[in-house]
Amino acid sequence: MTTTKPKVAYSPVFTDGGEFQIPTFKLLKQDGKLYKNAKAPDLDKDKALRIYRAMVTTRILDERMLAAQRQGRLSFYMQCTGEEAAVVGSAAALDDNDMIMAQYREQAALAYRGFTIDEFMNQLFGNELDYGKGRQMPVHYGSKKLHYMTISSPLATQIPQATGYAYGQKLAGKGHCTITYFGEGAASEGDFHAALNMAAVHRVPVIFLCRNNGYAISTPATEQFAADGVAPRAYGYKMDVIRVDGNDILAMYEATRQARKLAVEHNRPVLIEAMSYRLAAHSSSDDPSGYRSKDEEAVWREKDPILRMRLWLESKKWWSESDEKKLQESMRREVLETMKRAQKRPPPPLETLVTDVYDEVPPALAEQFDKLKAHIRQYPDEYPKSAEHAKGGA
Amino acid sequence: MTKMNMLQAINNALDTAMAADERVLCFGEDVGVFGGVFRATSNLQQKYGKSRCFNTPLVEQGIIGFANGLAAQGSVPVAEIQFADYIFPAFDQIVNESAKYRYRSGNLFDVGGLTIRSPYGGGIAGGLYHSQSPEAYFAHTPGLKVVVPRNPHQAKGLLLAAIHDPNPTLFFEPKRLYRASVGEVPDGDYRLPLGEAEVIKEGTDITVLGWGAQMEVIEQAVERAEKDGISCEVIDLRTILPWDYETVANSVFKTGRLVVTHEAPLTGGFAGEIAATIQERCFLYLESPIARVTGLDTPFPLVLEKEHLPNHLKIYDAIRASVEF
Repeated sequence: MTTTKPKVAYSPVFTDGGEFQIPTFKLLKQDGKLYKNAKAPDLDKDKALRIYRAMVTTRILDERMLAAQRQGRLSFYMQCTGEEAAVVGSAAALDDNDMIMAQYREQAALAYRGFTIDEFMNQLFGNELDYGKGRQMPVHYGSKKLHYMTISSPLATQIPQATGYAYGQKLAGKGHCTITYFGEGAASEGDFHAALNMAAVHRVPVIFLCRNNGYAISTPATEQFAADGVAPRAYGYKMDVIRVDGNDILAMYEATRQARKLAVEHNRPVLIEAMSYRLAAHSSSDDPSGYRSKDEEAVWREKDPILRMRLWLESKKWWSESDEKKLQESMRREVLETMKRAQKRPPPPLETLVTDVYDEVPPALAEQFDKLKAHIRQYPDEYPKSAEHAKGGA
Repeated sequence: MTKMNMLQAINNALDTAMAADERVLCFGEDVGVFGGVFRATSNLQQKYGKSRCFNTPLVEQGIIGFANGLAAQGSVPVAEIQFADYIFPAFDQIVNESAKYRYRSGNLFDVGGLTIRSPYGGGIAGGLYHSQSPEAYFAHTPGLKVVVPRNPHQAKGLLLAAIHDPNPTLFFEPKRLYRASVGEVPDGDYRLPLGEAEVIKEGTDITVLGWGAQMEVIEQAVERAEKDGISCEVIDLRTILPWDYETVANSVFKTGRLVVTHEAPLTGGFAGEIAATIQERCFLYLESPIARVTGLDTPFPLVLEKEHLPNHLKIYDAIRASVEF
């Protein structure tokens, strides 16, 4: 039994779906002018500048913190470089109270929501002010007040969780939705399939946003899937789908704005495939020169989404050379000063090793902790981060 | 009090929880209008509507991923995995996600509302994939609670406790006892404590420990041993993680001997954890080696199921050997 009326054929007909071609939605050209017949979304100056600042902030933060990792100040880092428009354009089209469940390359959405440089730094350095209490690797951000679910490393696990979260929002009936971000590599995980199928069957207000940036670490998209990207899979789930130029801030914003309407007002989940390019290395532990050419990177550097938006803002007289200079200078200074401050803050107290495993520390774990403290008291010089904390108690 | 079998007690627990709190949802494969392949969710969809009790597509990792998201949102999901043998596709969601949600977020987010119910255990001619006891896989995962009831009264009280516990909880139901175990069950809401073992019968010569369906088997073995004049103390562990080592140690201080039994294979089974801990805590009190009576280190067989299972005779033999050591 299918949910659609079956057509019948009396000789074998095979099809691979190749007749379907999903177009790419574009509004803004690289010179900052609109395509002919394209209509700019209704985006006022304040919101446009909020979007732009979030993109620039992310770019500056990424550049500085990669350098900090290279200097050995930081154990690990991952950049959003090249994909800022795909992330901020979509986040900006949501209500600020909608839930974001991201992968790990979407710090730009958090910057848009208002996560401060201080909050970024505290996580990156895992100091005592880190909301995650220094437990996770750098760039695994989370913010309860900004409705940004804490990142985890296992790929795609957040996708079915987003479906479940959004199902709860639908029952709560307050008109909220969830957006979940993931890369085209993560979309090969079984959790992607589970999430989209369940969302379509149960009509859940969730937006699946695939950042197709061409690579999953070293694996090019041609070795990730044989089909025309990730978007055609939506047909198999009977889900609304759109492919968007991920470096086009206006197209990303408009596509997501309309997707949110479908999700929240009609309980129709939507898949958005944002076509972009990962300009940076996969992470600070990766060197892309081993698997792709400088020429290929150069082509995409020409398509920089931040520059494209800046030219559009300038054409609207909302932004100038001197505004740019001021923003760049003040942001660089803030990043540098905040980094120094965050690095000096002490690590989380020793007891955070054992709290939050459960709501309360179970007796056996409390015993393990007491033993550890006694051990540290015996070798205080070997445990400089926690020797002071170990002094109290049994 | 009403006389119920274990399925009716579980159904009654779900009904009780759903009636009290509209955030409680039941879902899984075939749990909707059909009421589950074992009927544990009978009539819940009719009573509470399709949005609170529903079928999911056939995808275990999806069921638990969906449940994690719902719990993080503030709902109280009770997800069913049709057989414990089929929980492994969801292993990543349970071990890397459910178990670590609170810790990794510094308590910003948690999935404490989550309960995963699943029938487990052998003795029903279920072969390799309708017989498994996977508790030891999960016992190695900080952040989870793992609970197994032994009869209808325990099933309702422990399941209600699991649903209300602020931590993700796996609830393994001994399916061999679903209809076989019948008893008086209180009608209202009551909760039995998690993390506490129960001394079912006091004794002085030896401690015999198990959980779930194995408690019935222990009872038969102990009856036989007591006819030989051996006084047995019987403990139902009830919660595998975090487990109540104090009650077990206190018993072994008194008896000096311990037999642990479970259906799952010996190597890496939870009896190994218990034996190691009790050996550490009760070293000077032990009068014989701690004995483990378990399934063999094989997949769960069909035709030779009886030979494979740790039945009452094998437990009886272990009690005798321990006392005569």
